[in-house]
Amino acid sequence: MAAANPTQIRALIASHKRWDTIFALCGLLALMLGVLTFAALFLDMALDGGARLSWDFFTSYPSRRAGQAGILSAWVGSTLVMLTTAFFAVPLGVAAGVYLEEYAAKNWVTDIIEINITNLAGVPSIVYGLLALGLFVYQFGFGQSILSAGLTLALLILPVVIVATREAIRSIPQVIREGSYALGATQWQTVRYHILPYSSAGILTGVIIGMARAIGETAPIITIGALTFIAFLPPSPVQAEPPFLSFEWLFSPFTVMPIQMFNWTSRPEAAFLTNAAAAGFVLVFMTLAMNGLAIWLRYRLRRNLKW
Amino acid sequence: MVSEKPMPKAEAKKLDFFYGDFRALNGISMAVYERKVTALIGPSGCGKSTFLRCFNRMHDLYPGNRYQGEIVLQPDNANLLAGDVDPIEVRMRIGMVFQKPNPFPKSVFENVAYGLRVRGEGSRRRLEEKVEQALQDAALWEEVKDRLHQPAYNLSGGQQQRLCIARALATDPELLLFDEPTSALDPIATASIEELMHDLKQRVTILIVTHNMQQAARVSDFTAYMYLGHLIEFGVTDELFIKPKMKQTEDYITGRFG
Amino acid sequence: MSAVPAQTTLIATSPPGARLARRRARLIRERLIELVLFLAALVSVFTTVGIVYILVKESVAFFQHVPLVDFLTDTQWTPLFDDAHFGIMVLLSGTLTSSAVALCIAIPLGTIIAIYLAEFAPFRLREVAKPFLELLGGVPTIVYGYFALLFVTPLLQRIYPELPGFNLLSAGIVMGIMIIPYVSSISEDAMRAVPMSLREGSYAMGATRFQTAIKVVVPAAFSGIASAYILGISRAVGETMILAIAAGMQPNLTFNPLEPAATITAYIVQVALGDLPHGSIGYQTIFAAGLTLMLFTLVCNIGGHLLRKSFREAY
Repeated sequence: MAAANPTQIRALIASHKRWDTIFALCGLLALMLGVLTFAALFLDMALDGGARLSWDFFTSYPSRRAGQAGILSAWVGSTLVMLTTAFFAVPLGVAAGVYLEEYAAKNWVTDIIEINITNLAGVPSIVYGLLALGLFVYQFGFGQSILSAGLTLALLILPVVIVATREAIRSIPQVIREGSYALGATQWQTVRYHILPYSSAGILTGVIIGMARAIGETAPIITIGALTFIAFLPPSPVQAEPPFLSFEWLFSPFTVMPIQMFNWTSRPEAAFLTNAAAAGFVLVFMTLAMNGLAIWLRYRLRRNLKW
Repeated sequence: MVSEKPMPKAEAKKLDFFYGDFRALNGISMAVYERKVTALIGPSGCGKSTFLRCFNRMHDLYPGNRYQGEIVLQPDNANLLAGDVDPIEVRMRIGMVFQKPNPFPKSVFENVAYGLRVRGEGSRRRLEEKVEQALQDAALWEEVKDRLHQPAYNLSGGQQQRLCIARALATDPELLLFDEPTSALDPIATASIEELMHDLKQRVTILIVTHNMQQAARVSDFTAYMYLGHLIEFGVTDELFIKPKMKQTEDYITGRFG
Repeated sequence: MSAVPAQTTLIATSPPGARLARRRARLIRERLIELVLFLAALVSVFTTVGIVYILVKESVAFFQHVPLVDFLTDTQWTPLFDDAHFGIMVLLSGTLTSSAVALCIAIPLGTIIAIYLAEFAPFRLREVAKPFLELLGGVPTIVYGYFALLFVTPLLQRIYPELPGFNLLSAGIVMGIMIIPYVSSISEDAMRAVPMSLREGSYAMGATRFQTAIKVVVPAAFSGIASAYILGISRAVGETMILAIAAGMQPNLTFNPLEPAATITAYIVQVALGDLPHGSIGYQTIFAAGLTLMLFTLVCNIGGHLLRKSFREAY
């Protein structure tokens, strides 16, 4: 059982190690490709459309003349749709997450709910658009409105919020719950005074990621029938006369940023393409900022959480 | 009883080991004699596994670890911990069996052939010969010869561990390291592996870490008692267990602590 | 997920009637809250039911005008012409071709990146690469579409001047890069879940990092990696905007990526952009197309889910 020829072994090991180096290089190259693409995309938007970004651009309506066209109706529409989306998605998602983690027993009903959530996360966004078109726009009669859009996007990002809520709740140690129950608290009191506060940062992270996704969604909104040339704003939610709060805007026609960009991209004139790039730059910047915020929050969470 | 003076296969010389700033081993000097079974015993956290894993440079896999001192391997008379020695080369000569059986997600045959393939062995005929030989040496051949190409996960715990032993044997190691090999097994499987070790030591040098003193007494020729990173006593197994030289050893063996 | 145990009787400190009433009120409130939360959780089920209902309802109306055989075998898709044809094959060819291009990029690169991050990359690089990949996957698809049309296509035209302005290749390439983060993050999670003891067993035999990664870790993580691929396929098939913008919306029965073509998803967008009276045959086609899409992604998603479950049980 003598050691085999050492030079032979060393040559063999060296040739194997060469593969180590080659593969590490391939891995880095693949990552670089991703970085390059992202940089090219960002720079493309910035160079093509950066010059167009001005106060006028943000405060003008779309126009047949490219030089005067702006994204006012688009970003106002996006904001209102986002508000509606958050209004529905956050309570529903958090409630569902709390139920699944704190209340649900392991039975077939829970299984069905969980299977559904996993499945919905993988449904193409345009199918949500079809659902909205058939159900919200026509069957329920909400029309091609901000309400329909908000509901659709809320359903779209619901799985994201639910999963984030569940993971945030799951990371709370069982002893905390036991401590609360041992003091005589009811289940809801434990959820309200312990579970929700401790998981709020994680939930917030998930909500931000979901909203970042919703801002950029185009297909479902097109399918509902958001118009692409809107030269007016939806009625303001706040009115001068009583009852001071109006919900008319929910049923108003509207447009959103991605659709405005889509509309401009479909025009052959170069000036509109510049506008599209500018709108795209704003979009990318927004999603980057929101995702970046979520990532930073998650990082802070991991460092500060000491159970 | 030892009849002629045994030759050391490997010798630790003033070995220190650091996990970052924490000194886990203190100046260990010990010989591992050729074709004998040497056991490392001691309470949890005494450093016996840490010491074992120095022999095949497993610590190199994780950042922040540092060796100081030497482990000299014979017949090279070279320090295998030296910075210019390739850990992979060391691992090709020194084999290891782990605490929990860890067969690869492959067939029984491919598990045993893995080490041979890593060494560049491609000939089907030679692979089959060596695999059969290794499984015979691990006393597993009869049980698996009809299911060589079935997944290794289908075997029982004891069979899996013997498979891991066969896997290590297939490459003709000069030194075989056992890290608590039977702690995850039932008594019957344990007995079969201890019997195996008795046969194996005729051909391979064995260094075994065990938390089970009775096992050490059963299988080993030499025993080393370690405590908190220090080597307290080393001696012939029978002598150490019947008449330990150090009080600490005696306290541990008689169960006063640990 | 523990239920609150039933209240046991305690030593009386207040009149029993009042105590009982308070306890009953508390119990009712707790049950009501649980009901509300349960209903919120049910919304997901309602959504699925809603999707199935609306797709099937409109498709049934559609198939009353168009025989299923024609739908599956006709080689033309011209639903809005007088001589209308409804061959889904045409749209499917666009979907399949663009997805194939995308997956040729996403699967190899995604896997390589996953193996690299799980087995090779130093800790700090991983910490930077993972969020970056998340960002890459979070760019709105409309921006990717613009990028495909106005950057990638001209770039490709420098190499191959005959490339039409709308083509499946640019869209497919950009889609592939967009899908890389999906494939790589799920594959990487699967590989990280492989226990260290398996790797140590391989290293102890003298294997190198590459050998251990390829011969031990990847096979061990196989079902998780396969589920990543399947979910990537599902994502590619369901993508809309990149294709609507960069591949054109002209239905074209082709498997050649150098041509323009409409996918199932792009067709739905095109119809939605126009003016379709509710209940018309044109309106119904988008639901039939959507149903086809839904069935395909459903099969993919279920397959991926089952694989992930079986993988988790192995450890």
